Amino acid sequence: MSRSAQKFHRSLLAVAVLGASLSLSVQAEELRLLTWGGYAPQEVIDQFEKETGIEVKVTKSNNEDMISKLRATRGAGYDLVQPSQDRINGAQKEYRIYKPIDLSKLETDHFIASMLDATKKNTSVDGKVYGVPHIWGTSGLIANSSQQNLSFNDLCSDDFKGKVSYRLKRPTLIGFAFAMGEDPFAAYNDQKKYAEILGRVEQKLIQCKDNVKAYWSGGDALINLLRSGEVTLAMGWDAGGWKLHKETGKINFVAPKSGALGWIDTFALPAKGKNDEAAYKWINFVMQPEIAAKITDSAGNFTASVGAENYVSKALSNSYKISYNQASLDNIKWYPPVPAGLEQLEGKTLDRIKAAQ
Amino acid sequence: MSVTPDLECRGISKFYGDFQAVNDISFSVPPGSFFSILGPSGCGKTSLLRMLAGFSEPDTGEILIKGNPVAGIPPNKRPVNMVFQHLALFPMMNVGDNIAYGLKRRKVSPQEQRRRVADVLERIGLPGIEKKSVDQLSGGQKQRVAIARCLILEPALLLLDEPLGALDLKLREQMKIELKTLQQTFGTTFVYITHDQSEAMVMSDQVAVMNHGRFEQVGSPQTLYYKPETPFVAGFVGNNNRLRGQVIEAGNGSVKVSTESGQIFHTTSTTHLQQDTPVDLFLRPEAIRIDRESDSLWQNCIKGRIDNILFDGGNSQLLVRDTASPTQLTVALPQTDEYQNLRQGEIIKLGWNSKQSIAFRAG
Amino acid sequence: MLRFSGKNLSFYLLLTPLLLTLVLLVILPQLDMLIVSLRERISYGEYTFSLLHYQEFVNEPFYWNTFLRTAVMSIMATLITLLLAFPIAWYIAKIAQGRNKSLIFLACLIPFWVSELVRTYGWMILLRESGVISVFLQWSGLASGPVEMLYNDITVMTGLVYASMLFMVVPLVSTLEGMDDSLVEAAYDLGASTFTVIRTVILPYAMPGVISGCIVVFMLTLGNYLTPTLLGGKDSLWFTEQIFTQFITRFNWEQGAAFGVLLLSLSSLIVWLGLKLSGQSFKKAVAS
Repeated sequence: MSRSAQKFHRSLLAVAVLGASLSLSVQAEELRLLTWGGYAPQEVIDQFEKETGIEVKVTKSNNEDMISKLRATRGAGYDLVQPSQDRINGAQKEYRIYKPIDLSKLETDHFIASMLDATKKNTSVDGKVYGVPHIWGTSGLIANSSQQNLSFNDLCSDDFKGKVSYRLKRPTLIGFAFAMGEDPFAAYNDQKKYAEILGRVEQKLIQCKDNVKAYWSGGDALINLLRSGEVTLAMGWDAGGWKLHKETGKINFVAPKSGALGWIDTFALPAKGKNDEAAYKWINFVMQPEIAAKITDSAGNFTASVGAENYVSKALSNSYKISYNQASLDNIKWYPPVPAGLEQLEGKTLDRIKAAQ
Repeated sequence: MSVTPDLECRGISKFYGDFQAVNDISFSVPPGSFFSILGPSGCGKTSLLRMLAGFSEPDTGEILIKGNPVAGIPPNKRPVNMVFQHLALFPMMNVGDNIAYGLKRRKVSPQEQRRRVADVLERIGLPGIEKKSVDQLSGGQKQRVAIARCLILEPALLLLDEPLGALDLKLREQMKIELKTLQQTFGTTFVYITHDQSEAMVMSDQVAVMNHGRFEQVGSPQTLYYKPETPFVAGFVGNNNRLRGQVIEAGNGSVKVSTESGQIFHTTSTTHLQQDTPVDLFLRPEAIRIDRESDSLWQNCIKGRIDNILFDGGNSQLLVRDTASPTQLTVALPQTDEYQNLRQGEIIKLGWNSKQSIAFRAG
Repeated sequence: MLRFSGKNLSFYLLLTPLLLTLVLLVILPQLDMLIVSLRERISYGEYTFSLLHYQEFVNEPFYWNTFLRTAVMSIMATLITLLLAFPIAWYIAKIAQGRNKSLIFLACLIPFWVSELVRTYGWMILLRESGVISVFLQWSGLASGPVEMLYNDITVMTGLVYASMLFMVVPLVSTLEGMDDSLVEAAYDLGASTFTVIRTVILPYAMPGVISGCIVVFMLTLGNYLTPTLLGGKDSLWFTEQIFTQFITRFNWEQGAAFGVLLLSLSSLIVWLGLKLSGQSFKKAVAS
């Protein structure tokens, strides 16, 4: 072997060793978190890193994006993800992108029991649990008025003509279905009935398309529209409404008459996650009431952590109290897991609404 | 004047900012003649040509074509066509479409177009190449097609902007003759600009020598060669030895000049020169006789040593240095057999008559 | 026996990266798309071969119309871009000198220093009801109330043309710069009017640049996602939006892949038709 060739082989070896050690160290020190904006504030990350020495890398995302990303890599690339509880079951059956959660590694005392049980039930596949609750919130109305007695139907009323915004996504269809007196969740397993309901909602939404200023696609876009006054009534998340309430003192979240739509974002482990231990550590860490309150202040939504509300900022709990009373809290419609095939139906409905002139 | 000239310019000037490109030029070109404007680059000849074509207007003066003033008439309405330096054949059209371009603009019927294109191709000696693309033509063929494209319109004047500049030497020599022949067969008046004196001399009936925006002299090639009126013409047209000196004896048309290195030469002059006037003496290499032994009597005689023989076939020259002074003269070397054995270092005698040199007041 | 001479070897070595990119980044993904588009989901993780998703495109007028609208808008945007870019390209190539030339070129380039998203949001800030222009119009008394200039086809068109300008100007400038000015003068001298000079000399000469610019702009516009979606608002219907929706929000990769394949083939068909109609060859356009 010539000298230069020898040298070349040695450097190749060196690179290989270096690369291997690098990837090892990465594996040991890193938690790759795929989550929603605000769910992992820097303050909490810093504290976690200080206590455990694990570095947290956050990628911001949403439900559809999380599932698409995991589907494309068959569950690789992240160590912990936070999809909504109703989106786990179907995705797991279809694409096998998650691994079961070992509940013994979690301090389950920190979770509000009823929420934990509901989530466990909704995210189970073949008797294994794939998700535990983290943050919950609702979709309802955000109104630029002190009117409390509003319904999703008001999005189609002449009072708000050209000043309305909502998303062209499934919560809108479901919200309108409830407002029209239907119970879409009850029809989840009866596709024919569900299609019928969708048909009526479609008609209604096409009719009142003129009312719409723009369909919003991101929370920031919606907040901009409301803040500038270009939109005065919108369907949106409670957190957005409370943020605007804190800013303006006027715009606020309103639970609609037919009930706000409740969602729970969970923790789930991607099938090919490399650092489950770190993931469990993170879950246990953020479920401590003091930490959970910090996340609530950052995300604007409440967590499934017991006692966290005692640490939450005054302004937020104030806005929350204006939006909700016990009756409207009891009236929240929680999303059950979505059976396969419904999204196809909903998709076409949404396409047709979009295309209608 | 009995015949209206095809082109007449009266007092034309053109300014670019402070720079005067063309300075008060007047001339006329009789019908059917080949008129060249000869000058170094930057002398204003292109500016002048573009004014004739209509691409720019003179600041002062008047241009008349066939007796009619053309001020304000744009190029596409002037009875004048131009062959461009790089010919400007349209690369996306075939030869036939190139030549018919002007006819099409005049709304000539397609049959008539075809007939006239075939006819003009015949006359330039390239029959039947209508369908060829421009890229397939040789340099000389392109040249002729570019000229045919203009001549088919039967212009009063054909302007040519150094069209031979891009050709290699051999082809250029050949095209000189062809251009002249074409001009004679078509009988169109050509106005040709060039910086190459040989092109101008070979082809033209009349040559205007232009320098610094002015015409120095207008005349037949022979006149310019034998009777230059200014030192610039003497230096620019043909080759010349230039010797600096002083008038020591002024006579009637003939003067005696003492050069800087002390030789005394008899020469002629076109103007009256006072004694002691500093002058430039011009002497053509081909006007100098070479003598080896005999003591023929020339009005001017020097003895010199051959410094160098610049062999170039029929254009061969000798560089000869005066034995008594540092003066070096270029001498044409005739290709007759008595001079074939001249060697470097040989001492020879040179002689010429006074009529063959000319002195101008040094400028 | 296969023997590599030195020259041959270096040729293959040089070719390898190109081939690898082509195969790995272009051909394989497209093939995968084609395969995905041809299967139908039976149940969880079970698929079978089917043309269902193509039938869906044909049977659902909504998809068809969206595609047609996208194609027509893209063609219009291409033509408008050409009309606007030609004088600019002419100015850059033939009239502007030195500093001016680079300045104008820079002006065409500047929009590309920020991402498409930022550029589009820039338009939104200007045009929205509470935006700069609306406020200015009200301030100056030209409008009595807020003016909404977003969310219509004209705005979408403006955004598309704006985003495409550079890709039209560059090939036009490079062909026009190659043109000898004396061609124009010669045509003029031979009796052509200004309009005729443009029609018979400048346009035919610039044709390869026009074609390659048009192909690039058409493809970019057709494949644009952000501009039509953000500026078009509730009535924006763009085919790429459909593909995005199918892939990302509906998890219907099969339908999305079918749309992708259809977009590729239909746009290729349109380009081919355009080339046929203008009597140009793809080879020439690419070579320019």
